[in-house]
Amino acid sequence: MALLDVKDLRTSFRTEDGIVKAVDGVSFSVEKGQTLGIVGESGCGKSVTCLTIMGLNPKRNTITSGEALWKGQDLLTMKPSALRQIRGGEISMIFQDPMTSLNPVHTIGRQLEEAILLHRDVTKKSARARSLELLKAVGIPHAEQRIDDYPHQFSGGMRQRVMIAMALINDPDLLIADEPTTALDVTTQAQILSLMKRLQDEFGSAIIMITHDLGVVAEIADDVEVMYAAKVVEQAEVHDLFNRPQHPYTWGLMGSLPRLDADVERLTQIPGQPPSLLRPPAGCRFHPRCPYVMEVCKTTEPQLVATQRDAEHLQACHLDEETKEREAAKLLAATMAETG
Amino acid sequence: MEAAAAPEMQPAGDELLIVDNVRKYFPITRGIIFQKEIASVKAVDGVSFSIKPGETLGIVGESGCGKSTLARCIVRLLDSTDGRIIFEGRDITNLSRPAMRPVRREMTMIFQDPYASLNPRKRVGFIIGEPLEVHGLGSDAEIKRRVQELLEVVGLNPEHYNRFPHEFSGGQRQRIGVARALAVNPKLIVCDEPVSALDVSVQAQILNLLKDLQDDFGLTYIFIAHDLNVVRHISDRVMVMYLGKTAEVASRDLLYSEPKHPYTGALLSAVPIANPDIGRQREAIVLEGDVPSPVNPPSGCHFHPRCPRFVEGHCDVEDPPLYSFGNGHIAACHYALERWPMTADEMRRAGTRTTEQPESEQPEQLPA
Repeated sequence: MALLDVKDLRTSFRTEDGIVKAVDGVSFSVEKGQTLGIVGESGCGKSVTCLTIMGLNPKRNTITSGEALWKGQDLLTMKPSALRQIRGGEISMIFQDPMTSLNPVHTIGRQLEEAILLHRDVTKKSARARSLELLKAVGIPHAEQRIDDYPHQFSGGMRQRVMIAMALINDPDLLIADEPTTALDVTTQAQILSLMKRLQDEFGSAIIMITHDLGVVAEIADDVEVMYAAKVVEQAEVHDLFNRPQHPYTWGLMGSLPRLDADVERLTQIPGQPPSLLRPPAGCRFHPRCPYVMEVCKTTEPQLVATQRDAEHLQACHLDEETKEREAAKLLAATMAETG
Repeated sequence: MEAAAAPEMQPAGDELLIVDNVRKYFPITRGIIFQKEIASVKAVDGVSFSIKPGETLGIVGESGCGKSTLARCIVRLLDSTDGRIIFEGRDITNLSRPAMRPVRREMTMIFQDPYASLNPRKRVGFIIGEPLEVHGLGSDAEIKRRVQELLEVVGLNPEHYNRFPHEFSGGQRQRIGVARALAVNPKLIVCDEPVSALDVSVQAQILNLLKDLQDDFGLTYIFIAHDLNVVRHISDRVMVMYLGKTAEVASRDLLYSEPKHPYTGALLSAVPIANPDIGRQREAIVLEGDVPSPVNPPSGCHFHPRCPRFVEGHCDVEDPPLYSFGNGHIAACHYALERWPMTADEMRRAGTRTTEQPESEQPEQLPA
């Protein structure tokens, strides 16, 4: 049984302008020790997916349906008190912005201890010892002294380390990381990514990595899910996704990425803007921006189905498989030729 | 590769812009009435480069390395503490505001945040037309025509002339910023992180637009970014900055294929590659610690506390000059990298080995 099994998850928000379907039928599962990457541009619903699983959306205006089975139990229908035990304990989360996700008026140590004391029946002293141990594990220098410092005394990279320490403090089975390195510089990003990989090897946690950066996904994920306008458009094993992308949006994303390993005179751009989720386009949501658009795309929504070649590689596009294989090969050849 | 000191900084005459040893220190004061300066933030600490017409110079570095401050010094939004800025053969470092005005027609700027850099209470037509008005370039009708032309050039609908900035998406707003910078037909545009706030697909649109405009109007760009992929895509030459200083300058191809400065090497190895087959085989050189404070930069080479090739008694004492490696490739390192790629371990070994050697005799090869 998968650790987390999400089936047909839908989240809508009631707003003044109408109902916004932020997540519209997302399914995936995460196994123990595995890393799932969720990629997409801003507003595609990748963060909302995870907030929904964690029960962190505002109750007032959220409509949720579907299932999120955590070790067989549905997180979406669970009592708040039971969910509170899982959240921060078995499942923990790292947020995007390390500058604002720590409480500025409490010391780092106190915030870490609080995370333990809420979930375990231990003494304050042993909670402090555990906090110190984690701060050392994430590589905070002089942890004994720094544990009594306040968040403003830490740099961005160090605060993100503290966030990771806090997320790992109860030995979670699943770590949800929402753009954990977006606010950081590349050398700090490299530090954090290698830290996450090392900790995963050590503790065997599963990771859901939400990011807009295909590079980060290529480095760290085992499976990847590409989201566009609240829907999953492609899902595959990471090598398969990068070597045989099957969806025009994925091609667009890869083509529009300036990269170190290939020389491209002109980037292939995806024309237009991501659509508004208030009134998404009919048929395939990508059709107004898709260079391969056909009549059927404008009326019928493509289903997420397996490719003929590989049952694990799912995609949602009306194009015939032959064309897709050809286009994927072309894209790959373009980057490969220029690498050499 | 002989490392001869002192790079070529003599103006050849055809440079559009020469930046000569520019420094910008921000004072830190104590006291309210009797303020006295107790220290200073050395945001830019002696940077020199030149740029030819039609060229794109990329400037990369991590946050706090002084790249934005440098940009603001170049366009004189900030007055530099020391050094000279020579634009079209004319020293503009100390020009008065009225004397500076005609120069401002020749160099404009595109800002990072498309949300904060447009006045939310003004219509797009006014925002783009304002520079024309300020410089007295044409009547109202002419300005309107020019603005509509500009909107078209940057790929927006000229009918959106009367809209407000909030009616546009991030990418469209950045196009408005580009149109504003283009309005007065400048020679030089300083782009300060113009795409870092945008999504990848929109980022590609803006990068392509900037390239097209350069071809059409013969523009010269100074392109500042922290993303090495983006800088590589758009630049002809690249300068790497670290803590207010130039670490390395080279043509794009040289810098990315044969970096000389260990910091450049670490940056390159840390960029995630969107290809799991290549990316995972490569070992990132993970730098330890954080960028030190520019109030109290480390002695000697600013990079020495984090450098894998640090040599005690040399790097922490003597500030490295810019050594030349030929073809305009210069780097500020006593123990420049002999080859690339290199792992952190290899860097370290090489560094230790050269402890006893004077900096002019760099080892060509490593022992087997």
